[in-house]
Amino acid sequence: MLRPNKSRPRWHIAVFLAPALLLYSIVLVFPLLDTLRLSLFSSNGESFVGLSNYQRLFTDSQWWPYFWRALKNTVLFFILHMLLQNPLGLLLAALLDSKNLRGRSIYRTLLFSPTMLSFVIVGFVWQLILSPTWGIAPAISEFLGVRYRPWLGLESTSLPTVALISIWQFVGIPMLFFMTALLAVPQDILEAARVDGASAWQLFWRVKFPLILPTVGIVSILTFIGNFNAFDLVYTAKGALAGPNFSTDLLGTFFYRTFYGFQLQLGDYAMGTTIAVVIFLIILFGSLLYLLGWQRKVVTYEL
Amino acid sequence: MAQPKTSPNALRPSRWLTPLLVHAVLGSYTLVAIAPVILVVLNSFKGSQAIFQQPYALPIGANFDPIGYTTVFEQTAIFRYLGNSLMVTLGSILLILLFGAMTAFGLTEYRFRGRGFLTLYALIGLMIPIRLATVSILKLMVALNLQDTIWSLIMVYSAQGLPMAIFVLSQYMRQVPSDLKDAARLDGANEYQVFWLVVPLMRPALATLAIFVMLPIWNDLWFPLVLAPGEASRTLTLGAQQFLGQFQTDWSALLAMLTLAIAPVLVLYLIFSRQLIRGLTAGTVKG
Repeated sequence: MLRPNKSRPRWHIAVFLAPALLLYSIVLVFPLLDTLRLSLFSSNGESFVGLSNYQRLFTDSQWWPYFWRALKNTVLFFILHMLLQNPLGLLLAALLDSKNLRGRSIYRTLLFSPTMLSFVIVGFVWQLILSPTWGIAPAISEFLGVRYRPWLGLESTSLPTVALISIWQFVGIPMLFFMTALLAVPQDILEAARVDGASAWQLFWRVKFPLILPTVGIVSILTFIGNFNAFDLVYTAKGALAGPNFSTDLLGTFFYRTFYGFQLQLGDYAMGTTIAVVIFLIILFGSLLYLLGWQRKVVTYEL
Repeated sequence: MAQPKTSPNALRPSRWLTPLLVHAVLGSYTLVAIAPVILVVLNSFKGSQAIFQQPYALPIGANFDPIGYTTVFEQTAIFRYLGNSLMVTLGSILLILLFGAMTAFGLTEYRFRGRGFLTLYALIGLMIPIRLATVSILKLMVALNLQDTIWSLIMVYSAQGLPMAIFVLSQYMRQVPSDLKDAARLDGANEYQVFWLVVPLMRPALATLAIFVMLPIWNDLWFPLVLAPGEASRTLTLGAQQFLGQFQTDWSALLAMLTLAIAPVLVLYLIFSRQLIRGLTAGTVKG
């Protein structure tokens, strides 16, 4: 039995912990606290203004309607991901999980490939495909019997179109999570259910799905955090102005425009940090709701 | 080839119908997933005439024209962008793995006052999107005189990746039997030597982690845009983004640039993908 020597300082512990904790504190924790502080100051960072930046954001007609629109768009963006991306990921994972499936690893790699691409590529490629200039989308919609419209360019359809592109890109993530969870379901449980005469459908919904419920929760919360931070796809496909007429503006793009400025408007650090803190509080609230409301109720089976 | 065994079940439609349906669904979605990428790569080897008139044709014979690639190589510092991206990504991964492993070792191996607090402190970062602190990070980098250097990016990505690394590696560290470490100590190894004994045992976890942190770092647009937009420190993702803005009409060059931006990450992924899946399954199946 080795007993640590109490009288001598154990410097090695500090050596092991210091590099990561220093870097993490300086580059992540300190800037986050500083962001909270800055949101209480005026734009030049000199005079303390209390909560008046927040008051401006929530009541001023220069700010509130734009924030409200970005918030509504982000919520819609999130709902579309929950309704389409995650069930699609689950479906693909369930199909990939079927026994003796030929070419499983080829499917897996190809289905994951859009997830690897940078937003620059994804944004541009879809702009190209959906543009009336190139004629790919008009040809395909004619083939499918749908009337072609420039979906990315219309105010009424641009947000759902951007969401669909994002879903196309990121379906690989829930797929991977669900696949891993399904692989972990023990064979003897499945065998027992099969012996009892369960069909494949029953096997999935009655046995496998309840067992992977915790993963459903993790995927949902990751989708939530990801969507409320989304910026890149709108920026690359529609630019910082989130056109047409701000119809694709998300909280992320609104935040970027506010603190960095665009065209003739100068960046506003105070309002930028204020918006960041509000987004942070929304994410924190959502995460807590998940931890207390869902995580606690879902039964995690010891497999 | 051996003849498949004929059982009464072989004649039931569900025996062959189900796999057929599975392949139909997976196959059609695979097409949806990769068709846009293939379209870009195919057309990048064509002149603009062929891109418009025969978008689906293979780039062979009269259709083949590498003009786009010549333009990109001549008019952008693509190799510098690529070098920057590689340095940022590999540098961050190295720091995340090394510092993460050290911290995970320190937190799981020793009992000391404040350990619980430090563990919690390190894990809070999992919930915090670092992007929201951008304004303050920019101020910090300006104060440290690091703006427009790749070091600022390496620092930010490392700080962002560390909580995940500490979380994942701690789980694995706990599984290393203490007999092994105690035996090394009895043989006279100091604590640093014990650490380097444990690290190779973590290889699957380290590989998995490397891939998980690689994709968002390689593809990030936000921090390069804000912290290092200068020509000398530009990453491939940012370089491609700005090139697209300048060459809105040169379609061959645009598609060539996109193809060149896809290639490196595809190669990295193909190298690692086997280990990713293996690492993932190894992590979840309880022994």
